[in-house]
Amino acid sequence: MLDISNLHASVEGTEILHGINLQVGSGEVHAIMGPNGSGKSTLAQVIAGHPAYDVTAGKVLFDGQDVLEMEPEERAQRGIFMAFQYPVEIRGITNAYFLRSAVNAVRKARGEPEYDPIDFLDVLDEKLKAIGWDDSMVNRAVNEGFSGGEKKRNEVLQMAVLEPKLAILDETDSGLDIDALKTVADAVNKLRSPERSIVVVTHYQRLLNYIIPDKVHVLADGRMVRSGGKELALELEEKGYDWLRSRKAVAT
Amino acid sequence: MTAVAEREPRTDPAVARLIADYETFVASTNGRMPAWVRELRDRGIQRFAEAGFPSTKEEWWRFTSVEPIARGRFVEPTKQTTPADLSDALRDVEAAGGRGAHVAVFHNGRFVRDRSSLDGLPKGVVIGGLLEALESHPDMVRQYLGQVADIESNPFTALNTAFFRDGAFVHVARNVVVEQPIQLVFVSSGNGEPWVAHPRNLVVFEEGAQASLIEQYAGSGGSYWTNVVSELVLGENAVVDAYRLQQEREDAFHMAASYSRQDRSSVYTSVLFAFGSRLSRHDIRATLDGEGAECTLNGLSVLRGEQHVDHHTTLEHAKPHCPSWEVFNGIYDDRARGVFTGRIIVDPGAQRTDSKQTNNNLLLTEDARADSQPQLEIYADDVKCTHGATLGPIDDKAMFYLQSRGLDREDARALLTYGFGAEILNSVSVESLRAHLDALLQARLEEGSRKRTAAK
Repeated sequence: MLDISNLHASVEGTEILHGINLQVGSGEVHAIMGPNGSGKSTLAQVIAGHPAYDVTAGKVLFDGQDVLEMEPEERAQRGIFMAFQYPVEIRGITNAYFLRSAVNAVRKARGEPEYDPIDFLDVLDEKLKAIGWDDSMVNRAVNEGFSGGEKKRNEVLQMAVLEPKLAILDETDSGLDIDALKTVADAVNKLRSPERSIVVVTHYQRLLNYIIPDKVHVLADGRMVRSGGKELALELEEKGYDWLRSRKAVAT
Repeated sequence: MTAVAEREPRTDPAVARLIADYETFVASTNGRMPAWVRELRDRGIQRFAEAGFPSTKEEWWRFTSVEPIARGRFVEPTKQTTPADLSDALRDVEAAGGRGAHVAVFHNGRFVRDRSSLDGLPKGVVIGGLLEALESHPDMVRQYLGQVADIESNPFTALNTAFFRDGAFVHVARNVVVEQPIQLVFVSSGNGEPWVAHPRNLVVFEEGAQASLIEQYAGSGGSYWTNVVSELVLGENAVVDAYRLQQEREDAFHMAASYSRQDRSSVYTSVLFAFGSRLSRHDIRATLDGEGAECTLNGLSVLRGEQHVDHHTTLEHAKPHCPSWEVFNGIYDDRARGVFTGRIIVDPGAQRTDSKQTNNNLLLTEDARADSQPQLEIYADDVKCTHGATLGPIDDKAMFYLQSRGLDREDARALLTYGFGAEILNSVSVESLRAHLDALLQARLEEGSRKRTAAK
């Protein structure tokens, strides 16, 4: 599904990612962990196509195709979704209107018929049911006046509606209290499927108690320093990120 | 020693001409004007003679030059014939009020009863022309006319006070709820020399009255200047939502001043839309003059070409426990320019004032321009006032956010631009009007985006 090799990326001339390799298979859930400043969010943003980052070397293959030359919208239309760490407020546009615009943009690109507002309400209803949420956020302006938790929930709602093949959740757990965390994790779990890969980018092991990953990777200083099973997250929780840093120092 | 010759104050020839016009106007009425109206007019022309046309050296006129108006020659048409083609001009405009609206039509500022739809008005409701009302309801008119407007602070209001011929008169009696919107439609048309109209509107909602009011300005031909003044009175507990749609021709001049005064616990929602005119200045002064009164003042400017619109708002909290909300958004394309001034005055003793003001400006080109000037004048100590302004092109973060959801740059841009307008549209509670405005906004934005695409 996702095949990243030797990815180097920089922002304003400073290299942040120094050769990342990562393979995520169909239906797998991977967690990318790492301390602040390790490059986790950069990796997520580069995959989604944020214009601020320059890719200087390497490849990002999605379904066998290199996405690095694609505009962000084309990546989205092909099924890549990133839940933003800091979702953007959009004045005057309701979630329902926004979601319909997004779904229709994707459908149009795929040559499928677009939904009219009435039909889309049914679609939305169905998606909400699938994750067990009510429609309280649907008619509010996108993220405007939303609490931190509501913003994160709204990202997951978009994921549910857009049905991506690859979802990257960029610190979707940060700033959530335990109840909100469970709500979000529960919805994400309901969205797991053999056709959908999920990459969870997080600083904390806590989320991984609820979204159980198939693999865990640790990113530090722009390099993947360790990969393993879900038990790696627990080990990290216990020993902290410094443990890996010192191991790395010994190894080199 | 040479005595410094006492200099005659140099009178601006444009002002002198208006003073002469005033003499002619008064003489032409042959004393048929009630004495109190004559006095009111005299005060108007005197004040205008003192003040003259404002210059950009004056603080509140820094960004808006009225030169084209001061230097233009505008005549007042003496004989009014209502053109046969008025229906064409009206059709689109009138649709805003929806079926069943009580519609009063004004042509070049004068009430045209036979084009209006005022049958079956609820009991206790008067809608018509101000000139008629001076005869049919002289006491009601006299009680309020000129009481809310302020000739001191605005020379155009002074000029209107001197010259108004007609305008709208609306009176809703105590506890009367008007179900259908009251719609005042002002249409300008002509083909001779440039003309001016000074419509004067007086709208009174007595205690407990409730209604929706739609005020519209449109033009169908010719070169003209509208100089309108509206006075609005809300009695205790009155609940009024008022919408104003300025769709003048894009070569027209539109000067306007709207004054409102609210009594205790009244609720006033005012939403303004400025789409038209070459040069427009609208002074809005809302006075919260009773405890617990609430005021919402929203506005949207959507401009293109060389259009210039200046919204000059003053919200005066004169009594305690009044909340107010103000949101003005602007979307500026081509070389258009928007000006917003938001004065909030909290009088001594107006404790527990809670006021929130926001001004957002979206510049679609590098040549478009917006100026925002908030001003808080607070003379009480237990108050909450906030204000904020944004200014600039489409936000990059928002652009990427939408792209990451599958929208291409053009669709994303259209959506974000529409949102600026929709935020204000959402405060319109008359369904037919909201739909009308929504279509108008979408059409305008699509036109702009087509033009941009073609230019690429």
